[in-house]
Amino acid sequence: MRNIWTICRKELSSYFVSPIAYLLLTMFAVIFGFFFWNSVGYFNMIGLESQMRGQSSPMSVNEFVIRPLLSNVSVIGLFFIPMITMRLFAEEKRTGTIELLVTSPIRDIEVIIGKWLAALILYMVMLLFSAINFAFLFKYGNPDWRPLAIGYLGLVLQAGGLLAIGTFISTLTKNQIIAGAATFGVCLMLWVMEWVAGYETAPWARVLAYLSVITHFESFGKGVLDTKDALYYASLIFLGLFLTSRSLESLRWRS
Amino acid sequence: MITVKNLTKRYARTVAVDHISFEIQKGQVVGFLGPNGAGKTTTMRILTCFLPPTEGSANVAGFDVLEAPMEVKKRIGYLPETPPLYPEMEVGEYLTFVGKLKGMSGPSLANRVGEVSERCAIADVRKKLISKLSKGYRQRVGLAQAIIHNPDVLILDEPTAGLDPKQIIETRDLIHALAGDHTIILSTHILPEVEHICEQVIIINKGKLVATDSVQNLQNRARGAESVLLEIEGRDGALDSKTIQQRLEMVSGVSRVLFKEARSNRSLFEVESLKDRFIRGDLARAVVEAGWNLNELRPSAMSLEEIFLQLTGSEKTAEPEAAPVEEAAAPVAQGESK
Repeated sequence: MRNIWTICRKELSSYFVSPIAYLLLTMFAVIFGFFFWNSVGYFNMIGLESQMRGQSSPMSVNEFVIRPLLSNVSVIGLFFIPMITMRLFAEEKRTGTIELLVTSPIRDIEVIIGKWLAALILYMVMLLFSAINFAFLFKYGNPDWRPLAIGYLGLVLQAGGLLAIGTFISTLTKNQIIAGAATFGVCLMLWVMEWVAGYETAPWARVLAYLSVITHFESFGKGVLDTKDALYYASLIFLGLFLTSRSLESLRWRS
Repeated sequence: MITVKNLTKRYARTVAVDHISFEIQKGQVVGFLGPNGAGKTTTMRILTCFLPPTEGSANVAGFDVLEAPMEVKKRIGYLPETPPLYPEMEVGEYLTFVGKLKGMSGPSLANRVGEVSERCAIADVRKKLISKLSKGYRQRVGLAQAIIHNPDVLILDEPTAGLDPKQIIETRDLIHALAGDHTIILSTHILPEVEHICEQVIIINKGKLVATDSVQNLQNRARGAESVLLEIEGRDGALDSKTIQQRLEMVSGVSRVLFKEARSNRSLFEVESLKDRFIRGDLARAVVEAGWNLNELRPSAMSLEEIFLQLTGSEKTAEPEAAPVEEAAAPVAQGESK
């Protein structure tokens, strides 16, 4: 446990002493800010229109602003995840510091979880920037906070799974760019896989759609905590970390 | 302290280490010698539990590398060929991080960081980023990292590679100073280094153990035969080196005469004796009696270099590695063992 924290702190500090963290946070803040601005603007326009037509049916901020924004974040995340994980192991392999980690009296799994946790924490800091925007909704409106909280839980779980996959891909190469590009490819595939369900109903299509990370976010986005979907993300995390540990071990047999 | 039995490491197509056995006593400084690609790095990586052996066993401080790797790792300090440094960290921060990895904590760790910084002469750069350090400083931070947890065994892979002569001497002195407290294995292909630092030498070539002995013994072994350098000058005019060579060969006890070079009316020869024969007196007399001047006569001890070449086979294959001037170190540590 102590070792995990040692590794995690070291990773976090290298994110924050290099420009990576600041670049990611800034980019995310700007992109999300834009989405938020648009979304709120659109909501206002619809609100005005319905008032002018004399309809007074109450419009839900949760349904019109928060829910679409959360699924937007889930997609934006796909683009940021490769940038977070690509250096985790690739850099250690390139500079040879992996030898220090592997010859220290610390287990592989502690190194892996430490690094993955650091990536997840960076991602959560990033989400915090979106929360600033949502805070304004609470100041000027009266949205329900529970769907929002569950939505964030879903985002964190989804990122955990994809970050674990990215961590695994980072162990496969010494080159950060290759690790990043491959992770992006895999993330994108995991996202668009569910499109086949739109026109195909064969079992294989349903399997593909089920495996897609996005299908499992839908319930979280609506503010519904479904154990089935939580379990899917948990298994994705487990799979990623397991593959990482196998890959790290095979490094010794191959090198 | 270290017992290696029939250690073998095979890769897909090559055998990197081939049934090596040796033993190292506590407190010894051992030079691990061999041309590039001989299997030095692979052997060291097995000892540090980085690589598992294909066959055979290695035992460090009473623990087997396969059965109790955690215990072995606790007792080993390892400096790979490229020091494992994080450029974005400060020196002190880095040493603290490594100390934590090795299971240290709290004030004892802070003290130890101070201690090893003093010892490795890096105290003045503790607040500096590693990326800003010179090669010599980086090497010393690498050494500090290896000794931070005061390990029983220190394994240093080419600790002086790529340093300038002054830094080489400093690093050597540092290793000398560490010798008392730790058992040290140090790989190198620079021979004078071994003569300076090590008591014991293990020579491997193409994955096979060639010799393991003390530096003293190895030199004595090769010195059974004497080798003498002669400079001879003609009194009037040039000399015919052929005649001199023939004359020298007639001296009893001489096994071989080698003509080295001629400068105006002087010639330089290297003469080797038969085993256990002392020929310097007879050589001098022969030269003077023939009417030549004997400008110089000095024994040329067989250097470790020559022993090394003898042991590792043909001069041709081993020569580039034996050159005392080191080329720039390979940028990636993996280079050697492939």
